[in-house]
Amino acid sequence: MLRYILKRCILMIPLLLGITLISFLVIHLAPGEPTDMQTQLNPEASVELQQRLRAQYDLDKPLLVQYGKWLGRLVQLDFGDSFAQDRRPVFEKIVERLPITILINVLSIALILAVAVPLGIISATRRNSAFDRGTTIFVFIGFATPSFWLALLLMDYLGVRLGLFPIAGVKSLGYEYLGWIEQVWDRIHHLVLPVFVSAFGGLAGFSRYMRSNMLEVIRQDYILTARAKGLSERAVIYRHALRNALLPVITILGLSVPGLIGGSVIFETIFAIPGMGKLFYDGVMMRDYPLIMGVLVIGAVLTLVGNLLADISYALADPRIRKA
Amino acid sequence: MRFPKIFLILAALLALSACERQEAAPVTGESAGPPAFGDTLIMGSIGDASNLLPVLASDSASSDINGLVYNGLVRYDKEFNIEGELAESWDISPDNLTFTFHLRKGVRWHDGTPFTSADVLYTYQLYVDPNTPTAYAERYLLVKKAEAPDPYTFQVTYEQPLATALISWAMQVLPKHLLEGTEITKSPLSRKPVGTGPFRFAEWVPGEKIVLEANPDYFEGTPYIKRVVYRIIPDQSTMFLELQSGGLDHMGLNPIQYSTQTDTLAFNRRFKKYRYPASSYTYLGYNLRRPLFQDVRVRQALGFAINKQELIDGVLLGLGQVATGPYKPQTWPHNPNVARYPYDPERARKLLAEAGWRDSDGDGVLDREGKPLAFTIVTNQGNDQRIKTGEIIQRRFKEVGVDVKLRVIEWASFLKEFINPGNFDATILGWTIPPDPDGYNVWHGSKTKLGELNFINYQNPEVDDLLDRGRRTLDQAERKKIYDRFQEILAEEQPYCFLYVPDALPVVASRFRGIEPAPAGIMHNFIRWYVPRDEQKYTR
Repeated sequence: MLRYILKRCILMIPLLLGITLISFLVIHLAPGEPTDMQTQLNPEASVELQQRLRAQYDLDKPLLVQYGKWLGRLVQLDFGDSFAQDRRPVFEKIVERLPITILINVLSIALILAVAVPLGIISATRRNSAFDRGTTIFVFIGFATPSFWLALLLMDYLGVRLGLFPIAGVKSLGYEYLGWIEQVWDRIHHLVLPVFVSAFGGLAGFSRYMRSNMLEVIRQDYILTARAKGLSERAVIYRHALRNALLPVITILGLSVPGLIGGSVIFETIFAIPGMGKLFYDGVMMRDYPLIMGVLVIGAVLTLVGNLLADISYALADPRIRKA
Repeated sequence: MRFPKIFLILAALLALSACERQEAAPVTGESAGPPAFGDTLIMGSIGDASNLLPVLASDSASSDINGLVYNGLVRYDKEFNIEGELAESWDISPDNLTFTFHLRKGVRWHDGTPFTSADVLYTYQLYVDPNTPTAYAERYLLVKKAEAPDPYTFQVTYEQPLATALISWAMQVLPKHLLEGTEITKSPLSRKPVGTGPFRFAEWVPGEKIVLEANPDYFEGTPYIKRVVYRIIPDQSTMFLELQSGGLDHMGLNPIQYSTQTDTLAFNRRFKKYRYPASSYTYLGYNLRRPLFQDVRVRQALGFAINKQELIDGVLLGLGQVATGPYKPQTWPHNPNVARYPYDPERARKLLAEAGWRDSDGDGVLDREGKPLAFTIVTNQGNDQRIKTGEIIQRRFKEVGVDVKLRVIEWASFLKEFINPGNFDATILGWTIPPDPDGYNVWHGSKTKLGELNFINYQNPEVDDLLDRGRRTLDQAERKKIYDRFQEILAEEQPYCFLYVPDALPVVASRFRGIEPAPAGIMHNFIRWYVPRDEQKYTR
């Protein structure tokens, strides 16, 4: 087993290299450069000046040299300084934005699970009932609703007209002057709408997935056996069927690990939340190469680690995989 | 998404501009309480600032904040005249080459250190230092000699007269004692600025807000408003909802918000709307390298085929005015007496016929020597006003037999693949209008190389001569004559079809008093804005 894990870890290195090289080439292929923000259509910036700026960012060097320099820093775990005008270390910028994005994603996954799992189970066990049909309609509406539209609608009704929730941002002005209980409440208050909106779309998909898993499982022979033994329906569903129906769900959760740090541009923009989605989007728009690469590398590592963990758990569960 | 930001230094000085037609009257006659210190103004900003060292920043959010934290030697007053700021007065030598600034005494940096001419000299040296990654060195490289003979005198000498020399010293002066000997890109001042201006930096939470506090020692008096908070809200609709719910006191509206969504009694009780021409214009530029556009009659015909009022009504909901040239109406460089191109499809057809374009095969599209009169207009993605403008123009052109396609392209590709290499037929774009009329970089025949701003390849020896003279003449009356003639030529030759000047539409919570709209906008007397004691909303 240890050998298996070691082998997998060593194989990850060329894979990671490949990912970074391709990402690096692709973002440099896109038209536009980091210096464009300062120089394009700016009559103050002469052509010579543009060249000088490019040289300061090493943009005048061949692409592979630039990649080599970047890689050289990366092996020392240095993500470099952002090319944006603030010139701050990429790592610092990412760390600043990460907590809020992880918090919102974890909360929304928790909300999705808390609602979608029971919803899926009930739909499956009462297949074709009024409840099942009702959920189906709800689910399709959920799928079809653009999250930006839902967000604006909720902000307008619950925020502006009813004044129930704050509209944007992560804390109130004057937050510093609040007591700690009020601070916690203020945070929760600000999180309600963004978490709901970011969970809403996922809710639909997840409850459908849960429903079909459950349907699959309750058709199995062992469920028939359980019923034949005279167990109550409750015990059949929740003790025997649910565990097996949840297994594939856990796999999906594992795969959503890299998504935790990705954030979403749409709801972060609408709710004015300074998270990773917005940071990455702005980085791409400004062609801030070190920042883009930094986020991509972290994402790639997490994806690879997520895969590794999934594989290890499979291997633990099924000895045949270890030997293959 | 970036809109073309030209003349950035100057644009920064003029956050909001000219104000002839504001609808909300200033507070005169209202039961305004006496000026009182206190309260907080919360502003909405689409983007976060990038860097609070003015030498390194080129985005509008950073300039807005730097404008309150730092001072220049000179500035534009509310009527766009140059007045002293850190300089009390200045002398210009008879040959117009040497400028001697006499600096204000007793000014202190926010950390208490006295401000002297050494700071000005240092700032200048920083701008021209090849190791400083700034896009603004150009103008300061023209300085032949700069010296600080005593702590309150700063002197610069130029090789030849430069009309924009004086206003170029509106650049924000940086503190030498905190920057000298450090690597400028690593300076902590880019996150925590120390200036001489009316507001001191207090806090910056990236992506969330920037907080400034009134400087009690400001040389023009302590601002009444105690605190300014810039809240970063990246979505315009959210910002508007936030304004309505009371989370913002000040933002810029778009035409729809201005004319249809804010017309309620409740809104007008809580906010005051302002309206005045913005310092920018939108145009349709023809690539003069294309044989089609080399005939002036074709360009004039296209001018007559466009209904500009229709564009203003359709795109700006009437909140703008027709542009006739590159200057803002009602400012001194603007020449209203130039050739105009009112909507006249008949005249357009006649001019096109004169140029040899006829519909010989009856397909509704004019043709000449077997080639149809067809071209493509390119514009950038992310600017709805330009796209709508293009669609309306497309329909009007069709009516006179011109077949036009519209292509919308992402900004970076748009510049790199189309505009910079001159690889387009026509384009809809906009320029910011700086208070100074020097249009050398955009119109001079020498500025047509790859990546330069005369990308339509406009060549006219008389214009070149006027622009050359215009930037060497310091006398305003003399310059006016030069630029009047320049505008006549542009109007006659129509290298651009000038379309419209939109209105700026700011809104401010009505508890703020002392706002005096002027040609330079509403922010020019910001330190004199106040909230009467009994209306103050934020007491801490």
